[in-house]
Amino acid sequence: MTTADAQAAGPPARPPLSAGRGGHDVGWWGMMVLLATEAALFSYLLGSYFYLAVQHPTWPTIGAPPLALVAPNTALLVASSGAAWWADRSADRGNRVGLIAGLALTIVMGAVFLGVQGLEWSRADFRPQTDAYGSMFYTITGFHGAHVLAGLLALGHTLLRAITGAFPPGRTLAVNNTVLYWHFVDVVWLVVFTSLYLAPRF
Amino acid sequence: MATRVEPTPAPAGAARPTDPREAVERLRWIWETPRTLAGALTTVDHKTIGIRYLWTAAFFFVLAGADAALMRVQLAHADSRFLSPEAYDQLFSMHGTAMIFLYASPVLSGFSNYLVPLLIGSRDMAFPRLNAFSYWSFLFAGCFLYGSILVGQAPDGGWFAYVPLTTRAYSPGPNLDFYALGLLFLTISTTVGAANFIVSIAKLRAPGMSINRMPIYVWSTLSASVAMVFALPSLTVALVFLELDRRYATHFFDPQGGGSALLWQHLFWVFGHPWVYVVVLPAFGIVSTIIPTFCRRPLAAYTLVALASVSVAIFGFGVWAHHMFTTGMSAMATSFFSAASMTVSLPSGIATASWLTTIWFGKPVYKTPFLYCIGFLLLFVIGGLSGVMTGLVAFDRQVTDTYFVVAHLHYVLVGANVFPVLAGVHYWFPKFTGKMMHEGLGKLSFWVLFVGANVLFWPMHHLGLAGMPRRVYTYAPGMGLDAGNFWSTIGAAIFSVGFLIFVANVVRSLAGGEPAGDNPWGASTLEWSVSSPPPAYNFARIPTVRGREPLWEQGADEIAALDSGARGATLLEGRETLGTTVMDAADEGIMHMPGDSPWPLALAAALALLFWGLMLRGFWPSLLGVVATVFALGAWFWPAGHHGPGVPPRRGGAGREPAYGGGAA
Amino acid sequence: MIAPRSTLALLALLPRQVPTTLSIFAARGRAAMESAALGWGLIVISVIVFLIFLGFLALPLWRNRGRGDLSMAGAAQAVRDQHDHPDEIRGILLLGLALPALVLAAVFVWSTIKTSAQAQPFAVNDPDASERADAVVIGHQWWWEVRYPRDGVLTANELHVPVGRRVRIALSTEDVNHSFWVPQLAGKTDLVAGQVNTIWLEADTAGTYYGECAEFCGPQHAHMGFTVVAESPADYADWLATQHAPAVPATQPEVQAGRAAFASLGCAGCHAVRGTVFQGRAGPDLTHLASRATLAAGTLPNTRGDLAGWVADPQRVKPGNRMPVVAMSGTDLQAVVAYLESLH
Repeated sequence: MTTADAQAAGPPARPPLSAGRGGHDVGWWGMMVLLATEAALFSYLLGSYFYLAVQHPTWPTIGAPPLALVAPNTALLVASSGAAWWADRSADRGNRVGLIAGLALTIVMGAVFLGVQGLEWSRADFRPQTDAYGSMFYTITGFHGAHVLAGLLALGHTLLRAITGAFPPGRTLAVNNTVLYWHFVDVVWLVVFTSLYLAPRF
Repeated sequence: MATRVEPTPAPAGAARPTDPREAVERLRWIWETPRTLAGALTTVDHKTIGIRYLWTAAFFFVLAGADAALMRVQLAHADSRFLSPEAYDQLFSMHGTAMIFLYASPVLSGFSNYLVPLLIGSRDMAFPRLNAFSYWSFLFAGCFLYGSILVGQAPDGGWFAYVPLTTRAYSPGPNLDFYALGLLFLTISTTVGAANFIVSIAKLRAPGMSINRMPIYVWSTLSASVAMVFALPSLTVALVFLELDRRYATHFFDPQGGGSALLWQHLFWVFGHPWVYVVVLPAFGIVSTIIPTFCRRPLAAYTLVALASVSVAIFGFGVWAHHMFTTGMSAMATSFFSAASMTVSLPSGIATASWLTTIWFGKPVYKTPFLYCIGFLLLFVIGGLSGVMTGLVAFDRQVTDTYFVVAHLHYVLVGANVFPVLAGVHYWFPKFTGKMMHEGLGKLSFWVLFVGANVLFWPMHHLGLAGMPRRVYTYAPGMGLDAGNFWSTIGAAIFSVGFLIFVANVVRSLAGGEPAGDNPWGASTLEWSVSSPPPAYNFARIPTVRGREPLWEQGADEIAALDSGARGATLLEGRETLGTTVMDAADEGIMHMPGDSPWPLALAAALALLFWGLMLRGFWPSLLGVVATVFALGAWFWPAGHHGPGVPPRRGGAGREPAYGGGAA
Repeated sequence: MIAPRSTLALLALLPRQVPTTLSIFAARGRAAMESAALGWGLIVISVIVFLIFLGFLALPLWRNRGRGDLSMAGAAQAVRDQHDHPDEIRGILLLGLALPALVLAAVFVWSTIKTSAQAQPFAVNDPDASERADAVVIGHQWWWEVRYPRDGVLTANELHVPVGRRVRIALSTEDVNHSFWVPQLAGKTDLVAGQVNTIWLEADTAGTYYGECAEFCGPQHAHMGFTVVAESPADYADWLATQHAPAVPATQPEVQAGRAAFASLGCAGCHAVRGTVFQGRAGPDLTHLASRATLAAGTLPNTRGDLAGWVADPQRVKPGNRMPVVAMSGTDLQAVVAYLESLH
């Protein structure tokens, strides 16, 4: 944006941030730093898990956890990222119906994921108190579950705002950031899934 | 993003009023917080928050210092019965925990909060409300931790709280729950604070302040903040594991249940060692700011010092296990961590050489802040040398966990945190208050503190070599420990007197210091281009920077003048500042900043409720805390709190208008 | 810092005398000597480095005093003159990077040589180490259990080693982490919950050396000492034989009364005396208590008066320790002390 453009728009107008310059709003940067620290958090959790694993003759102590529930659940969570992506794109294009539908669909899929995780917990024949493996398993999946829950709350908040019409094109930072966070939660799940469910099978 | 360094002329030039006084009037209307109770509780002004951080950290410094004074009384002579062992354990644990978490790091946050926006030519931090939240949650977490003393159940496992001593089996009381929950609470505050610095420094630098022109203080704050963001989660994980083990009988640290006692040590020191750099790096930045000012020349080898601070923050993550040489690690591992510890001292060598070179080729002016920097150099080099000694395995096995290490860490932390902080207070006091501190009292406080610190901490080297372990509440007579302990206690008394002289100087100068003027030291950085204290909006016109030493190269007039015709943006349409590109600081457009808000305080209070609920094991208070937290977050983010692109313009007419984005309530 | 050698020699002659130095420079064992030599070297190097630094700091501060003023003009000129001058950068890279790197590399290599010369400890976690060790030391809050598995010896707070021989010691803990440290003989090795660390201990000179816990382990961390007695192989063998034997039977009436009081007062709930029915396991084994140099983990010399004081009120000497105050009559106290004193 040039000065001439700004002046042509009249005194109160200002160049919108990042228009045509490839920059990002501070909100995007804030989310990136948040995700960096969250990624570090899960790295330390999984690092602790593997620290105990390598010291144990048998790990997991009760055998690899079953995949029957968790495999389709993982697919569901990955699919929810697709729905979130659709909501994000709709918001950028000013498609309010797409935004609302995408967010709602993401929320439903995320909620189902959380429910199935709860079912998985209730079916497991070990508890956090059983041994260190149980403590690790429940704490890591619990941390992830808490992040899913936080994501759902953020998505719900965003959905409410979308319904009340708060996201004209160009003001979609809240949508972008929420969806970014949701993608992150999904990626973290893939790492957790690989470490906790797949790695013991090899 | 072009490599263009000169920004486009006045992107907001359209809004330039003809009358500068009218512009200032408007800016005051937009930025000033009313001087009411509501204003005090809702303000997001980084300067107010910075000063609050400084006072609160000073308060905790006095408390933690009092803990230490009591310990020194107990240790003044052998077989003393002044304190019970339980009391002594709580005192040394709170002394360490509070000095590290409630003084050393927050006091630097105070400086950074106040100074970073001014140093980079911005009107506030990137997330002003988050900044207010950081402060409130720090205050509440600090009170939470120190609340334990009021009930006589303070943490008593040392500041690094090794398991199994800190598990429920060996510490059934609430002491360690205060520690774990209090620090978890504090971690939230510190993490968002660090994120705020990173984004502010990345995006809000004045046009022209490309990264190779950032003041070294900004470099060091950035390095420390990045280290915080990656180090704190390790502490979070450790504390969560500890609290789960204590409360819910999990087995993370329980060897019988397949856990590992060393896991705690790894997690703690992966956090703890970078944290040492977090609490000294910004202090290096203070020194790198003050020495050039009083040597009347730029810092030597700016680029090397900037790189040194970044590399310290990175290498700091590779040396944690040098705290664990005696735990039974393999010879390979001890050698690796020993070598890494040698390496991490090299950037400090570069920084020290740069300060010496700056002084060598400079024309020193002996003002109080400069004296404190000299004191820092002397203490820090001694602490660094003893640090190298303790980094070597064959020697460390003898001196680790003795008073030699206590001496080492106090030379480092008092040298590289307390002295730079005192230098910084004397240096920026005129900017904070508009008044000068008393030079004579300042110099007196320096000499008394410097002598006191050495009398206090030097004998500890001897005590350690004579075999006195740390954390003993008493010792037997005739073991060669009597004289050293006696002198150390004398030193503590001298140090306390020095601190009282400093406090007296602050009180006296607040009441009746001489007027300071904008730039009493003839310094080069942007904060000195504005009035003392600075106006609420910091800069009437966002300055355009053309070098590393703006006021020396460009002059204050060019930077500050509203109607001089200089380039720069006058943003009058609400709380706004300029956003610029990350590397070149070419302007990208206007950042809209949120206004004052009650929600940061509300969210911090909700979290305090939650943590107290957890502490008291009350289900309903905890649930209420969770609900309140979610509600406060929702309300915070609900209405116009976002300052993204495309915000509809506000009418620029006369009359008081609400600050943009302030309508959260 | 270092007690004069003559004093030490004198003290070594006094029976049951608690040693009076913990100085790492009063080394009497190979590992500690290597550390001490490295320590002296590092101190000398540090002093030299500090003096060089001090010269570079003090010289300009003195030479350039009074030349500066706070005017902007001078500083502005300095910016033009000195901005990142290549000579300055070269000097900084030399003095701040190259020289320190050389010194650091040198001391690192030296330390590594010393570490391997110490052959000590090979403190890797090895659960089976206890069976192969000459002696096993088990930490308790706040005392040391000492076992010689091959010799069937169980004692507390006192370790005997033959002079001039390397003794393999396994370290583990019954409760929290502790650290085993005999400054005159070797550096520390931690007793970490859930693992067994092994070290070599070697004393070059006969004598009694003081050791202590060096990892904070709770309120009485300050009173968790022990002694290491280095003696000739013959004396060492005698000691092992004595310690292996069960307790001498009580014969004198007062001792027999003391033994009865020991039982009725509940002492046996925590303490064992081999060769009797007393089989408590929570506290130190007392079978040969009277042969030890110290009481209460290096806290008191083992004299009749101190023993009586300790039994009468252990919480006064070592507040918070696990030994309760047991109310007893003066006669009972005298008798119990007599019994304990008989346990040679």
